[in-house]
Amino acid sequence: MIIPELGEYALILALCLSILLATVPLVGATRGNALWMDFARPLSKGMFFFTLVSFLCLGWSFLYNDFSVVYVASNSNTALPWYFRLSAIWGGHEGSLLLWVLILAAWTLAVALKSRNLPQDIVARVLAVMGWIAIGFYLFILFTSSPFERYLPGFPQEGADLNPLLQDFGLIVHPPMLYMGYVGFAVSFAFAIAALLSGRLDAAWARWSRPWTTVAWAFLTLGIALGSWWAYYELGWGGWWFWDPVENASLMPWLVGTALVHSLAVTEKRGVFKSWTVLLAIFAFSLSLLGTFLVRSGVLTSVHAFASDPERGLFILIMLVVVIGGSLLLYAFRAGQMRSESSFGLLSRESLLLVNNVLLVVSCAMVLLGTIYPLIIDALGMGKLSVGPPYFNALFVPLMAIMLVFMGIGMISRWKQTSLKMLAQQLWLPGVAAVLIGMALTWSYSGELAPWVTLGIVLACWVVLTGMRDQYNRLRHRSEKLAGLFKQSRSYYGMQLAHLGVAVLVVGVALVSVYSEQRDLRMQPGDSMTFRDYTFIFEGSKHVEGPNYTSDQGQIKVLYRDEPYAEMYPEKRLYTARGNVMTEAAIDPGFTRDLYVALGEPRENGAWAVRLQYKPYVRWLWLGGLLMTFGGLLAASDPRYRKRLRPAAA
Amino acid sequence: MTPKRKQRLFLVLFIVVGVGISVGLTLFALSQNINLFYSPTQIAAGEAPQDTRIRAGGMVVEGSIKRDPDSLFVSFEITDYDKTVTVEYVGILPDLFREGQGIVAQGSMNEHGVLDAVEVLAKHDENYMPPEVAEALAKAGKMPMPEGQEFNK
Repeated sequence: MIIPELGEYALILALCLSILLATVPLVGATRGNALWMDFARPLSKGMFFFTLVSFLCLGWSFLYNDFSVVYVASNSNTALPWYFRLSAIWGGHEGSLLLWVLILAAWTLAVALKSRNLPQDIVARVLAVMGWIAIGFYLFILFTSSPFERYLPGFPQEGADLNPLLQDFGLIVHPPMLYMGYVGFAVSFAFAIAALLSGRLDAAWARWSRPWTTVAWAFLTLGIALGSWWAYYELGWGGWWFWDPVENASLMPWLVGTALVHSLAVTEKRGVFKSWTVLLAIFAFSLSLLGTFLVRSGVLTSVHAFASDPERGLFILIMLVVVIGGSLLLYAFRAGQMRSESSFGLLSRESLLLVNNVLLVVSCAMVLLGTIYPLIIDALGMGKLSVGPPYFNALFVPLMAIMLVFMGIGMISRWKQTSLKMLAQQLWLPGVAAVLIGMALTWSYSGELAPWVTLGIVLACWVVLTGMRDQYNRLRHRSEKLAGLFKQSRSYYGMQLAHLGVAVLVVGVALVSVYSEQRDLRMQPGDSMTFRDYTFIFEGSKHVEGPNYTSDQGQIKVLYRDEPYAEMYPEKRLYTARGNVMTEAAIDPGFTRDLYVALGEPRENGAWAVRLQYKPYVRWLWLGGLLMTFGGLLAASDPRYRKRLRPAAA
Repeated sequence: MTPKRKQRLFLVLFIVVGVGISVGLTLFALSQNINLFYSPTQIAAGEAPQDTRIRAGGMVVEGSIKRDPDSLFVSFEITDYDKTVTVEYVGILPDLFREGQGIVAQGSMNEHGVLDAVEVLAKHDENYMPPEVAEALAKAGKMPMPEGQEFNK
């Protein structure tokens, strides 16, 4: 069969098209040649088509178990169900890069299709920059990590199987969503570079870039939330955030991306912060690339590290240097030409959004330092060390607390100039109410006022109440209040929804961090353990056969206040193809708490080491993430972004 | 100074002071929370400090795992094939913890030269070895090569 070769050829063709895309429209835009600029759209479509063909070829090889392909043989197995065989495409290094370029080509196509209302030269430049990025990744795949390499002549009859950790619904959704976010920032980056190249950095530019950035941000949010949820139930520890370097690699672009979303708002509405916005766009994408480097080069110890290959690491490092160095150089030449279109007072929405930006960027710098500090020390030969979660918690939590305070003030404040008196008038009521309600809620939940929990709940109330106050302000002068509630713009509802998501997330973080309870113990059949009104009775274990694994399944009967409540079946699975042992936790999910039971190792006389956990409000973490995602998507769908610039002229 | 410049000065000062405080706090927090890695040879040579959180890694010695029948207490030895260190731990070991597997333990040394572990890490891939362990083994000249397959591939 020649399908894998077809995939490789398609990829080479896509590379050729990306080289044309990177040059022809750019030259056309510089010379004002409309014909050359018009090549941008068809070339983008062609690039997407051939990348898709390549991706489908790899998918075909997986579906039909073509183990003569090295990548398929090392990541799949005939016993694997078809949906995992397909998601195994991105279960390893090579295929996940192919997914990366497919998504890059898809974003390029989306820009090509959805940019009818943009000036021709801007479209040409944006698509050309996307082409440059694509060249880098096509070369990377073709030279260092082709998924189409063959075992010839003697290939294995059976594949090595997919890592059992990845045989899960999480693998189907988490990487594509995360990559949609990572790669989406390439669009913001391309818009920023195109603006620098053309020298036209105005409010219109910010309006074009905004929906793309917001959508990318929404996908990244969803990707991170899905990753957290997956780690929670799959790793068997019940943790939802580990400050693992790879998690940090996704959090850093998110933090800068969040700053970018807000800074773009200021640039669009007020024509200020232009150079800052451009810088953020460059950094958001650079951090996405840095994340790729950290994950793919194997320099880090992490659950995500597949393979360490210095050649690959070097390639991404060079690409990183070219992207950051090149774009900063361009920035240095052009930034001087940017002029603010208006001024603003010390106390204004602009200033408060600047505070938001500073806090987010500082948080990002602090995460970056903690993540790469061990690498730097190691590179200098000063020993091996790791930075523990206490470092991140000690800095991240206070910074976010300050940010939540400003979040409330920022929503109420006005553009250009806000008087202190007005702020005080508007904010005293939500402030007092937030403190009282927050303390009352904390007390009623726990019977105490633990400092960090109280702070978290009060701040969550603050964000919600100031948001409601802002809603009220907008309706105050309307005669029909209820009708007015549905007449705000979509971007406004999106903002409210995303901020509500933050509040929900904060409640979840505060409660699950402080009031989780865990019992690790040895349980013999008949043993029981009671805490938080739940009694867990271990009834023994039995042997179960799965499609590609065998399993010891524990039976645990749960009583709630001595009434029968549920049966839970945690498993210890042995995946036969690789001989991997996997913990499959049993979870009883709930809106206000999860029960989480996992088996440790078997002991003598039918006893097991068992981990029992009570996780209050843990679902709120991901609920908050979902609200933020929908908020972002809603804001990006605002019709004003689709308005044509020159209605009749086009 | 014009009022506008004054405002800008305030803004700049605010940012500088803010960033300064953050950097100071960051470096302080960093210095408090780094965990240095020691190989069994280094620990045997007395290089590891007592009562400070450290990381130690090596291969689990065959036949060294002793479990208490009534609790989750476990003790085992880790080695870089030169020296060995005893590790004690109470809790649930990761799925891939077994004899001959490369692991990293986090904890502190007690006065008997035993590592009191609070966390034991083994990665979710049978061919994967923590880089620190691989390097420690290479230093001791004892890097094992799994038969017939490339390492870490």
